Amino acid sequence: MKVIEARGLRKAFGATIALDGVDLSVEEGRILGLIGPNGAGKSTALNAILGLTPYQGQLRVLGRDPWTERDQLMRDVCFIADVAVLPRWMRVSQALDYVAGVHPRFDRAKAEGFLAKTDIHRASKIRELSKGMVTQLHLALVMAIDARLLVLDEPTLGLDILYRKQFYDSLLNDYFDRNRTIVVTTHQVEDVQHVLTDLMFINRGRIVLNCSMEEFESRYLEVAVRPEQVPAARALQPIHERQVLGRSILLFDLKSDRKSDHVDPQQLAALGDVRTPSIADLFVAVMGNKPGNQAGEAPRNYEGGAQ
Amino acid sequence: MNTPSNTLPESFGSQGTASTALSATRPFYWSLRRELWEYRSIYLAPLAIAGVILLGFMFALISLPHTMRTLSSLDPEHQRSALAHPYDVAGGLIMGAAFLVSFFYSIDTLYGERRDRSIFFWKSLPVSDLTTVLAKASIPLLVLPTVAFVITVVTQSIMLLLSSVLLLASGLSVATLWSQLELYQTLLMLLYHLVTVHMLWYAPIYAWLLLVSAWARRTPFLWAILPPLAVGIFEKVAFHSSHFAALVGYRFSGGAAAVASMQGDFPIHAGMHLTPGKFLSSPGLWFGLAVAAIFLAAAVRLRRYREPI
Repeated sequence: MKVIEARGLRKAFGATIALDGVDLSVEEGRILGLIGPNGAGKSTALNAILGLTPYQGQLRVLGRDPWTERDQLMRDVCFIADVAVLPRWMRVSQALDYVAGVHPRFDRAKAEGFLAKTDIHRASKIRELSKGMVTQLHLALVMAIDARLLVLDEPTLGLDILYRKQFYDSLLNDYFDRNRTIVVTTHQVEDVQHVLTDLMFINRGRIVLNCSMEEFESRYLEVAVRPEQVPAARALQPIHERQVLGRSILLFDLKSDRKSDHVDPQQLAALGDVRTPSIADLFVAVMGNKPGNQAGEAPRNYEGGAQ
Repeated sequence: MNTPSNTLPESFGSQGTASTALSATRPFYWSLRRELWEYRSIYLAPLAIAGVILLGFMFALISLPHTMRTLSSLDPEHQRSALAHPYDVAGGLIMGAAFLVSFFYSIDTLYGERRDRSIFFWKSLPVSDLTTVLAKASIPLLVLPTVAFVITVVTQSIMLLLSSVLLLASGLSVATLWSQLELYQTLLMLLYHLVTVHMLWYAPIYAWLLLVSAWARRTPFLWAILPPLAVGIFEKVAFHSSHFAALVGYRFSGGAAAVASMQGDFPIHAGMHLTPGKFLSSPGLWFGLAVAAIFLAAAVRLRRYREPI
């Protein structure tokens, strides 16, 4: 069952093209991470999926057209948008009352249960809560809804590492199952590396990488090459090279189309220590090799993502 | 509002059965409730005015026994106005407060949810733009006239009660006061005025304000005022006429000529001759309602396209 199916999704704001013919297909039971630099089109893609913005091209979410059927779609779709959007004047109890009132699939007891694990008081106004608590509240509301698709747009922006860890832990332990699907965008890629089942890189409105995490782990390898082996390693055409504490770290794509014969993992093991790269390092490598960008030009510390 | 944690298991059970029986009117009902949570001035402002009126009335009460003793020297028309005037003023002021709140509510509501970005939260729930806009339109069109009526009834009753207690304590009869006031008829007039003028005749005004509120990226107040002003000025300069200004002025005047035939200076009083037939057959009413419907439809459509600002 396809949860999201997009063909040639396009969206332009004046002369700026936010989405340039995106094809997307998300199966049920996946956790897809949509990773890209600022202005890459992530939020536009999510807004189109959520029926918040009109678009060109074909798009079906749970078999519905999000733009014309937003209110019906929202029975099965939940989302947390990029910043805290809970109305600041509202009380926690009112937020619970309201969602229970309008949402047929909201389980109030479940939400109360999640809130009981936090320091959030029912009588507090949302403006009185810290940023982390507002996110906890929103997550409690959303996790208590029996939805099939959850969309998270920078859900942990501005939160400290404890709240971030807790956020993804509760999502995996208390919410996610085989019948649910999650799409998440974040700049804090190290938080989600072990959460995702699928990975997608998006840049300038186009998808530049789309693979499952199993594929990611078997396809990309990073080698900390011993100094004397560097020329031999470079001959194997790594897609990226960087220096860390005087050692050369080379990133290899084992199934690159550019090479006639694939690199053998055994071969790499002989050159130095082999490991799975972080998503952040792959991101820098992939974005750096795109036409128009010079290799190595992309910032090392990609938006706080790289180690 | 607080649900104590020890009642959780029960509320869980009732929630489970209630959720299957959700009717189509529930999103509307809860949308309306949330407007009352957010804009507490909807009832607080008329209540505050009523409080001030009652406070002032209590000071004025001191002279009531004197007025009653000298009342017989006045002619019947002045007798009535001497006693009924504070009640008319109270009704008028509460209604005026409700109109002001309606005005500022309508201009802010669809703009405010975009300004504080909460529109993303509202749109993340299965409530259509139509339901939302209709709930918001019901605040000036239904809720505030009702609130004004109820608060007026309560305020005038308290005024009458205080007067009666004072007169009885001074050893005077309350019969004259009660017979002169015709409170029941005055309230009926007020109800008629609220339904005809505030709910029906003013509908295009509120719909226009809601439309601007859904459209404007900043300063919705100016956008609501300046374009009609510009049209009026343009017409005046270009054609030396003022049909548009007259149209807007006629709308704000409350269509008084159609609602009732006037006598006396105060717009609502017991001696008013009501003309509902004339009102319902006036083209101005139906033209206004049609315009209101168009404005509201446009506001619904705009809200679909609108993102936070």
